[in-house]
Formats: sequence, structure tokens, C-alpha cells
Amino acid sequence: METKKTSLYQLHQDCNAKFVEFAGYQMPIQYSEGIVEEHKFTRNHSGIFDVSHMGQLFIYGGDELIKDLEKIFPLDLKNLKLNHSKYNFLMDKDAGIQDDLIITKINEGFLIIINAACKDNDFKILKELLNEKYKIVLDENRSLIAIQGPKSSQILNDVIDGVKDLNFMSGNWFLFDKQKVYITRSGYTGEDGFEISIPNNFAEKLTRELINKGSKLAGLGARDTLRLEAGLCLYGHDLDKDKTPVEANLKWAISKERISKGDFIGSDIIIKQLNDGVTKIRVGIKPEGRIIAREKTKIFNQSDVHIGEITSGTFGPSVNGPVAMGYVENKFSKKDTKVFLEIRGKKYAANICSLPFYKKSYVKGVNQ
Amino acid sequence: MSEVKYSKEHEWIKLEGDVATIGITKHATEMLGDIVFAELPEKGSNVEKDGTAGVVESTKAASDVYTPVSGEVVDTNQEIVDDPSKINQDPENSAWFFKLKIKDKSEMDSLMNKDDYDKFAKENNT
Repeated sequence: METKKTSLYQLHQDCNAKFVEFAGYQMPIQYSEGIVEEHKFTRNHSGIFDVSHMGQLFIYGGDELIKDLEKIFPLDLKNLKLNHSKYNFLMDKDAGIQDDLIITKINEGFLIIINAACKDNDFKILKELLNEKYKIVLDENRSLIAIQGPKSSQILNDVIDGVKDLNFMSGNWFLFDKQKVYITRSGYTGEDGFEISIPNNFAEKLTRELINKGSKLAGLGARDTLRLEAGLCLYGHDLDKDKTPVEANLKWAISKERISKGDFIGSDIIIKQLNDGVTKIRVGIKPEGRIIAREKTKIFNQSDVHIGEITSGTFGPSVNGPVAMGYVENKFSKKDTKVFLEIRGKKYAANICSLPFYKKSYVKGVNQ
Repeated sequence: MSEVKYSKEHEWIKLEGDVATIGITKHATEMLGDIVFAELPEKGSNVEKDGTAGVVESTKAASDVYTPVSGEVVDTNQEIVDDPSKINQDPENSAWFFKLKIKDKSEMDSLMNKDDYDKFAKENNT
């Protein structure tokens, strides 16, 4: 299968991107300044990320759709306000995570942002689960541009007036060049920021305007170091079908009201794990010194017993040190528990730590 | 005069007397991206031609550093361990990795000169 290109491909090339194939797309891993600079510029100023490879799933319907989606997602969707967003996941009957996603209530139904590598499967699953009762569109005609970092609000507001009044995890329709764009105040870097759903033909124009206002393109490499410092999961690494939301330490994203009803896919397992506890759980791991623990690194306890594995690990440019996440046996998950990581045949000390590694600075907005 | 030679694994080696200084090439650093971790061989240890003699890591991945010749490690550059970004800044000079007292100068013969290496690097730009 030929790799796909996003509508910003030419712009990436013009900005000397190094490309990598990701989920069937040619995506920029970094530009000429490199991952560390792009990461820091995003934390301190503003970075633009082409995330057009991600799926934009529009499902159209009213009250009946809300009821049907509540059988799938452990969310209180009937009380989700118009233009408000929630983080959630698509589970199988064993509560294994098939994808993690952001779902937003829009006027005509819902917009769900799903992972690139999962989008075709999600689309198929949702169509089946909803019995083709609703119009459901995986929109390939729209790009998705994220602008992240403390200066992003002002920069984007200079181009699209009014966006700075959005609250965190809420969105609205705006106009750019007479085109309808849907903007949410969200992102995946641990910074204040926005995600912009825009018709493909206008994505490059918008991005160039944002660059002219002082933002800079940042690649998937920086996106990975930023999200890991922020303690956010990457599907296919920190989350997969063998892990449940409770094991992934994401139970905050499950609606309590929906647990009490227990009528969604995977609810039996979720309720059981919430009551009885889990055997493994996702934790933050901070290696001592500078040693970097990559994905699949084995974790040992002080008695040299294998207790888990790293699922994501890199060097965090803002933390200025190594950062990692992984799953360990629950009894070793307490903060400050000393563990050992096997790297290139040697054992290195590390500590279980709370997440995030880097404190978030989300804007709650003036109304909250 | 000391000549600098190059390996297919993108190390440079400069021989002065029987002591060789070894580092990684600018081309290697450009392929790796931002280097954030470096591990060097232990002083006093012996390393074998084409064997592993260290590790560099970028934000993306870890890569082994090989030694193009055999010898005893007589010195290592602690500065690049403390601040690995120096490797990106000055890879073929102050950010050397380790020094070897070499056993067999003839091991240098199979290595490339600058022109050959530049050509090789251009052709293997992955």
C-alpha cells in the first residue's frame, strides 16, 4: 500500500522535514532545528503539529444516538454540553483498549478524534455496534492542525478572532478564509493549545499564517517527548488490547454514574477491577542519572524479580533527564518504590514516580 | 602529521604515535539528531576492532558506537557524558569519545580517507 501524504506535505518539505512512515502516512519526525529545540520552543512559545493522519469521525444523530453511544463509551454523554470534549476509549468486551480518543458534542451529533493506526478499525467497529443506524463519516477531506504552547492562544487569536475565549476541553465553529473550521482548546503536549479541523485545501494557508505570527512547526519526535513529559499515553505503546483503562490508571476518565449502571461494553471487567483491584498498573518511572529506558525494557524489584516492563521511555528536554512510563505489579506501584531497569545487560536504579513529569499549564478560562 | 581515517560505522580515528583518538562523524550526528546520552568504555579495558565500545542515544533511539581498531582504552571524554549535546556541536574535534593505545597499526589500512568517507556517507544517507 502506498503511503499517504497530508495536505501539509509540501510545507513540511519546504521546512526541511525529515520524514518517517507512521500509520501509513509520510509524517515529519523533525525539522532542521531538531527535536529538542522544537520541544522547548513549544513549551516556551508555540509549536504547530500536523496531526492530519488522525481520524476525524463525525457521527450524526440525536437522543437515540446518545443512548447508543453510552452502550459503547463509559461516559455520561447525555449531560455532555454542546461543544464540550471528553477523553475516553473504545473497549472490547474484556475492557481491552482498542483505541483512546477525544469525543466532542457538536450540534449535529459527535466528533470523535481517533488514532491514525486505529481509525479504519474504529470506523468498522462503530458502524457495526451502531447497526448502521446513523450517518457516520471518517472525514478524509479535513486536516487536523494542533497549535500548542503558551503563546498559541494569542497567535491563533490573531488569525481567527475569538478562539482565546474557549475553555479547556471545549470547542466551537469559527471561520477562516470563509471556511468553517472546528477548533477545540485541547492537545497532547501538556501545554495550553488548540486543535483545528480545517478543509484540506486551506490547511497550508492557515499553517503559514500561524508561522508568520511566530509559531513554528514541530514534528512527531517533539510531540512524543512532550506527551511523555506530560504523562500522556500513546496508543500501541502505553495502551493496547491487553490493557484496561483501570490498569492504565485512566479510571478518572470513566463516568461514575455509568459505572453504577454498568451497561457499557467491558463494564463487567471494569467494575470487577475497580472493586477487587488490578494485578498490573501504569506508573511513571524516573531512572536515576541519565540512562534512558526504552520501550520493552524489563523492570525488576529489589530482590531481582521481574515485575514489569517499560512501555514508553525517552529523554525529556524540559525535565532535562530521562523519563519513562510502564506497567508494574500493583504492589510495587507506590510512589518512590525503588526498581531496577535492565538496559544492555546491566541493571540501573530507578524510582516509581507520580505523573506528569512536567506540570501542565492548561487554561481553565475566565468562566470557571 | 596525523591522518584522520573513517569507518563504515561512521567513526573517525586520528592516530598520533600509538594512541588513537576516536569519535563519531558529523554525518553520524546529523543522522542521529539531538544526542542526549553517551556511554563510553571503561578506562583500562580492552576493545576489539569492530566491537561495541559505547552507546549514543538521541531522543528517538539508541545506537552502538563501534571501535574501528583494537586496543586498550587509555582515556575517555567525560565532558560528553556530562553534556551529550556537545557531540552535536563539535563531533569531529572536542567531542571525541575515547583514546586507545593500539595494538596493530595495520588495522588502520582498511579504513577510508576523508574523500572516500564523504562519498560513502552520501551514498548511505539513511
